[in-house]
Amino acid sequence: MVDPVTLAVIQAGLQQVCDEMDLTFSRAAFSPVIAEADDRSDGIYSAEDGSLIAQGSKGLPVFVGVMQFSTRTLIERIAAGVTAAPEPGDIYIVNDPYLGGTHLMDVRFAMPVWRQGRIWCWLSNTGHWPDTGGMVPGGFSASAISAEQEGLRLPPVKLFKKGVLDAEIWAIICSNIRVSDQRIGDVKAQASALMVGAERLAALLDRYGDGTVGAAVAQMRDLAARQMRAKLALIPEGRYRATAVIDSDGVVNAPLIIALAVTRAGERLVFDFSGSSLPCAGPMNSVRATTLSSVYLAVRHVFPDVPISAGAFEPLEVVGIEGTFLDAHYPRPVSGCAAEVSQRIAEAVFAALVQAIPDRVTAAPAGTSGNFGLGGTDPETGAGYVMYQISGGGYGGFAGGDGISNGCSTIGISKAPPVEIMEQKYPVLYRRYALHEGSGGAGQYRGGFGLDYEIELLRGMARASFVMDHGRVGPQGVLGGGDGAVNRVEIHRQGAPVLVPEHLSKAQDIVLQAGDRVRVRTPGGGGYGAPADRDPARVAEDLALGRYGTAEAARLWPGKP
Amino acid sequence: MSGGLVAGVDVGGTFTDLVVFDPASGGVRLAKVPTTLPNQSGGVLAAFEAAGADLAEMDLIVHGTTTTTNAVLERQLARTGIITTEGFRDVLELGRRTRPQAYGMSGRFVPIIPRDLRLDVPERMDARGRVVTPLDEKAFRDALAQLLQAGCEALVIHFLHAYANPAHELRAGEIAREIWPNAYVTLGHALLSEAREYERGVTAAVNASVQPVLERYISRLAGELAARGYGRDLLVMNGNGGMVAAQNVAREAVKTVMSGPASGVMAAVATGRRAGMPDLLTYDMGGTSTDVAMIRGGVAPVSNEIEVEYAMPIHVPMVDVRTVGAGGGSIARVDEGGMLRVGPDSAGSAPGPVCYGRGGTLVTISDANLILGRLPAQRFGQAAEAARAAMQDQIARPLGLGVEQAAEAVVRIANTHMAGAIRMVSISMGADPRDFALFAFGGAGPLHAVALARELAVPRVLVPARPGITNALGCVVADLRHDFVRTLNRPLDALDMAEVAAILAGLEAEGRRLIAAEKVAVRDVRAEFSADMQFLGQTHLLRVALPGAAPSRESLQALFEAAYHARFRVDLPEIRANLMNLNVSVTGRRAELDLSRLIDPAGRRALVAPSGQRRVWFEDGWQEVPVYWRDHLPLDLDLTGPAVIEQMDTTLLVEPGCRVTSDADGNLIVSVTG
Repeated sequence: MVDPVTLAVIQAGLQQVCDEMDLTFSRAAFSPVIAEADDRSDGIYSAEDGSLIAQGSKGLPVFVGVMQFSTRTLIERIAAGVTAAPEPGDIYIVNDPYLGGTHLMDVRFAMPVWRQGRIWCWLSNTGHWPDTGGMVPGGFSASAISAEQEGLRLPPVKLFKKGVLDAEIWAIICSNIRVSDQRIGDVKAQASALMVGAERLAALLDRYGDGTVGAAVAQMRDLAARQMRAKLALIPEGRYRATAVIDSDGVVNAPLIIALAVTRAGERLVFDFSGSSLPCAGPMNSVRATTLSSVYLAVRHVFPDVPISAGAFEPLEVVGIEGTFLDAHYPRPVSGCAAEVSQRIAEAVFAALVQAIPDRVTAAPAGTSGNFGLGGTDPETGAGYVMYQISGGGYGGFAGGDGISNGCSTIGISKAPPVEIMEQKYPVLYRRYALHEGSGGAGQYRGGFGLDYEIELLRGMARASFVMDHGRVGPQGVLGGGDGAVNRVEIHRQGAPVLVPEHLSKAQDIVLQAGDRVRVRTPGGGGYGAPADRDPARVAEDLALGRYGTAEAARLWPGKP
Repeated sequence: MSGGLVAGVDVGGTFTDLVVFDPASGGVRLAKVPTTLPNQSGGVLAAFEAAGADLAEMDLIVHGTTTTTNAVLERQLARTGIITTEGFRDVLELGRRTRPQAYGMSGRFVPIIPRDLRLDVPERMDARGRVVTPLDEKAFRDALAQLLQAGCEALVIHFLHAYANPAHELRAGEIAREIWPNAYVTLGHALLSEAREYERGVTAAVNASVQPVLERYISRLAGELAARGYGRDLLVMNGNGGMVAAQNVAREAVKTVMSGPASGVMAAVATGRRAGMPDLLTYDMGGTSTDVAMIRGGVAPVSNEIEVEYAMPIHVPMVDVRTVGAGGGSIARVDEGGMLRVGPDSAGSAPGPVCYGRGGTLVTISDANLILGRLPAQRFGQAAEAARAAMQDQIARPLGLGVEQAAEAVVRIANTHMAGAIRMVSISMGADPRDFALFAFGGAGPLHAVALARELAVPRVLVPARPGITNALGCVVADLRHDFVRTLNRPLDALDMAEVAAILAGLEAEGRRLIAAEKVAVRDVRAEFSADMQFLGQTHLLRVALPGAAPSRESLQALFEAAYHARFRVDLPEIRANLMNLNVSVTGRRAELDLSRLIDPAGRRALVAPSGQRRVWFEDGWQEVPVYWRDHLPLDLDLTGPAVIEQMDTTLLVEPGCRVTSDADGNLIVSVTG
C-alpha cells in the first residue's frame, strides 16, 4: 500500500505530465484545429493492456477513453506479431477507426516509456489533422458510403524509428493528403508532446521509484472505481429509458434512432443500446471505441469530479451495441461519429439520467458541431480555399438556472473563430451573427439560445457542405420542459426560391454564386421543468430583452408575461 | 510647498497599505489599515494619518486601486450602452462558443452590457477596410437618443473591422460628442486596434462601464488629498506596471483593472534588481487564490491577452499575472473513493478557515498550517481547538491517520498542486522554473515558499523585507513605461531589415518623447527590443529578445531556432520563420529608492537570538524549532533550518537543512536543499 499522501502526490504528478503534453502539443502545432481549437488529447496508458492511467484535463472530451482502446489494440497486435515490436525511440502512428478510434482525421501516436529495458507504460496522443485525403477536403463528407471515400487509413506503423522520422512512410502519407507541406510541423509537435511527457514521467519515476508509482497507479484505479460507485449510489435503483434521434445518415433520408435503457443494478450502471438502428449507408455510423467514450464523457459531465482513469469506467457497462450503427465495422463510413453521433449518444445518456437524478443533469444541449464547409477559388487571389464554420448552440436548462447560450459542442471545448478573422481569410461577408431568438426550449428553467448567422459569398463560385444535426427534432426538454428549436439551414440564391436541404441538416456540394447567401440557425437547448412553474419576472425579462416575441412568450408560458 | 516625500498606497480587498519614503534622510514610514468600502478614500486618508505622514510634505503619491477590478467582478458598473454594426448586437452575449468548465453542462454567464442596451445601425466595412455600407447617421442619432432615454451614462461604439478602417467609428464618435452629455464615449478601435470582435468589444465595454466609477473615485480622492495639503499630481498605477496621472486615468480606465497584482510584480522587479536576482517567479498566496508571474532579466512580463474571469478577455497590455485557484482558504476533503483532495472549493475569507472562528466548518490549508505549528497558535485562541477537531473528523479519521499526519498530507497536496500550477505557468511562457528564484510575498506566501521551491527544484527563495506591503512598495518603485507593438506578419526571408531597424528606432524615439513629457523625474531611459516569431503556418508565437535595434536576418533566424529547440525539443529545418510582431518597451527608470530601511536598522541586534521556540511538525514528527522575530535579525545572518521567522504580517517557515542569509536590504534568501 502506498500511503495516502504519496498517493495523492503521485496522482497530481501524473496529471501534470498529461497537462504538460497537452500544452506542448497545442503550442507547437501548426493546424489551427489543434493550436487554437485544442482538438487533441494526451494520456498515459498501462503496459499490460493499455488501460487509462491518466489523461490531460484540457484534452478534447470525446477522446476520454478512446486511446485506451487503440493502445490495447496496438499491444495485442504486437503480441500477435501483426505489428512490429517497438524499440526505444519508436513512435507508432495509426488512424484506423476500426482499431479503437474515431474518424480518420483523428490521428493517434503511441510511444512506449522504457525503464531498465522494459516497457513501463505507453504515452499516446490524438490530434485532429485538417485533412487525411478522401472525397472532400477536411474529411467530413455527408454522402460517403465507404471508408475508402473518407480518406487514407493507416494501420499502426512506426513513423519514428529509434527517434528518426521514417521518410518513406512520411512520403506515402504526404502523397495522399491535402495541404501536406505544413503537416511536418504538426507531426513534430505531436511527437514533441510525447517526448516532453516521457522526460517528465521519468523524473517522477526517478523520484518516487518505479515500484511505488506502479503500486500507486493500481491503487488510483481502485479508488477511482470506488468513487464512481459512490456516485452511482446516488442514482435510485431502476431502469431509465431514453431515445435520441439523428436526422439522417446523409445518404438515406430517414432518421436513425438511439434507443437506450440505463439500469442501475447494485454497483453497476448498465447502458443497453439494443433496439438502436442498424448500421447505415452514410457516414453517421459510430465505432465501438467512440460509442463507449461517448458514454464515459456524458457520465463525466454529470460527475465532473471523478478523475479520468480506467477505474472510473469499470462500473459502467455498455451492452447491446453489436449489430447496430453504434458498432460499425469496415467498410462502413464513420466521419460523423466523433462530431455528431457521439453527441446524440451523450444526449440519450442525459435524457435517461435526468429522470433519476434531476438535480445533477441538464435538459438536452444543442449537441451539434454545426460543421459548414465552403470550398472554392477566390478570383481575386486565384488561390483555392476551404472554409469551416463551426457553431455553438443553446444548452439545456437545469435545476436552478437557464441554459447557456451559444455553448460549444458537448464533446468539444473548442472556440469558434471570430467573424473578422473568417472575413480576412475567405471571400465571404457575414450579414448577421446574432442570438437565435425564441430558440430556447420553454420550461421552469428555459434552454439557452442558439446562433443565427448569415453568410454571403462575395466573389466567384463555391460549393457548400453541411454536417449538422437536430434539424428534424429539437434538443429534448425534460420534466415537462419544451424542446429547443430545431437547426435550420437555408440557401438564399438570387432570384430563386429559398432552398432547404433535403436532409435538413446535411448536404454536400451545393453550388453558390457570388451574392448567394447561406443562413444557419442553430438549435436552442431543451427546457427544464414545467413552463407553468417559471418565475413570471424571468418571462418578463426575456420579453424586455427581445429574446422571445410577445405572442411566442404567451404561447410558451401561458398567462405569465 | 512640499517636503520631498514619496508615498505608495495600495488598496486591497482587506487592507490599505502605505509606505512613505524620505529620500533625503532614507527614512521609511509604514501603515496598514482596514480598507473602507465602497469609498476607498477613507482608508487611504486613514493610512496617512496612521503613519503620521503630513500630506503637505508629499512630493509624489502613487496609488494602486481595486476600484475597477471590484466593479467588474461584482458587476457594479455604470449603466452603459453599445451601438454596433447591424446584425452584430449580440456579439457581447454570444462570446466565442464556450462553456465555463471542460466538464459539466450547467453554468452562468452575464454579458457586460444587457441586450436592451445593445443597439445596431446600418454601416459596414469589409476586412480590408473598404466601405460596404455607409454609416447611417440618422439611425445612429436615433440610437444615441434611445440609449440616453434608457438612462445610459457611458457609451461604446463598436463597428466590425474598425481596426482596418476606423472612419465610421470616428465619425460616429464626432456625432456622439455633439449629443452625449459627458466624455464617457469609448470607440472600439481606440484601445485595441486588432481583429477579433468579441475581445475588442469586451475590452471597450469594460472600459466604458468602469470609466464613471473610476473617475468619481479618483477625483474625490484627489480632492480630499488636496484639501489636506497635497499640492502635486496624484498618480495611479496601471495594469502594465507603469503609472498615469489622475486626470488622464479614466480615459483608459480598463488599464487599471489589474493594478494591484501589477504593483506587486513591480516591487519584485525592484527588489530583485537590488538583490542581484533578475530572474524571479513571484508567488503571492492569499486567502482564495494565488497570483504567479514570471520576471526575466529584471523585466516584468506584459501580455495583451488577460482573461479576468470566464469569457471576460481584456486585451490591453497588462503585467501577465496568472491566478491559480489555491489559497489559505482552499478546502480539504476526502472524496467518495477515499482519496484526499485539496481545493478547488474555497472557504474564502467568509466564513473562512475553521481557525478564524468566523463560522467556517470545513477544514482548510490554513487550519493544517496551524495544527502543524507553522502559524502562532496564540493568534487564534479557542478556534485552534476547533480546527484540530475538524481535521480529526474530516480527514484524519477517514484516512486512518493521526491529526498531524493528516494536516501534513493536506499541506503536501496543496504544495504539489501549487507547484504544478506554477510549473504550467512558466512552461506556457516558455521557461524552465529551475532557472528562477521564488519571490514569496502576501500573507501566506512565505509559509509555503520553501517547500514549493523544493518541489519545483528552484534553488533559492527571496523573501522581501515587508512581504505584507509589497503592492504599496510596487506603487512607489514603479518606473514610467511605454509599450509598443508593430505587427508585420511577414516571412523572415521577405523582411526588409533596414525597415525593421527603422521601426525599432522610431518606436524607441516615440517612447523617449512620451517619457520626457511626463512630470516625473527619471534617472535614465532605456529601451528593450523583442520579436514575436513562429514557423510559417503556426498560430502560436514565441518571443525572442533582441540584443539591439538593428538585428540581422541570420541572427533573427538563429535566435528563434535556439529558443524553439529549448522549448519543444525539436528542430524544424524544413520550415522558415515568420516574424509577427516587433516589440519595443521604453522605460524611464526613476531614482532608485533606498530599500534598506524598510526594516528599521535601529531594531536589529548583533546576535542571532531566537525570541522563543515552539513545536513544529515536519515529516519525521514534532521538532522544537527556534522562532525568530524578523525585525531583530542582523544583516550578517546565517542560520540553518528548521526555523520559524515571524514578522508583523507573515511567517516564514524554513525547512530543516535549508540555509538562510540576509542581504543589505534585509531581504532573506533561503538556499533550498534536498
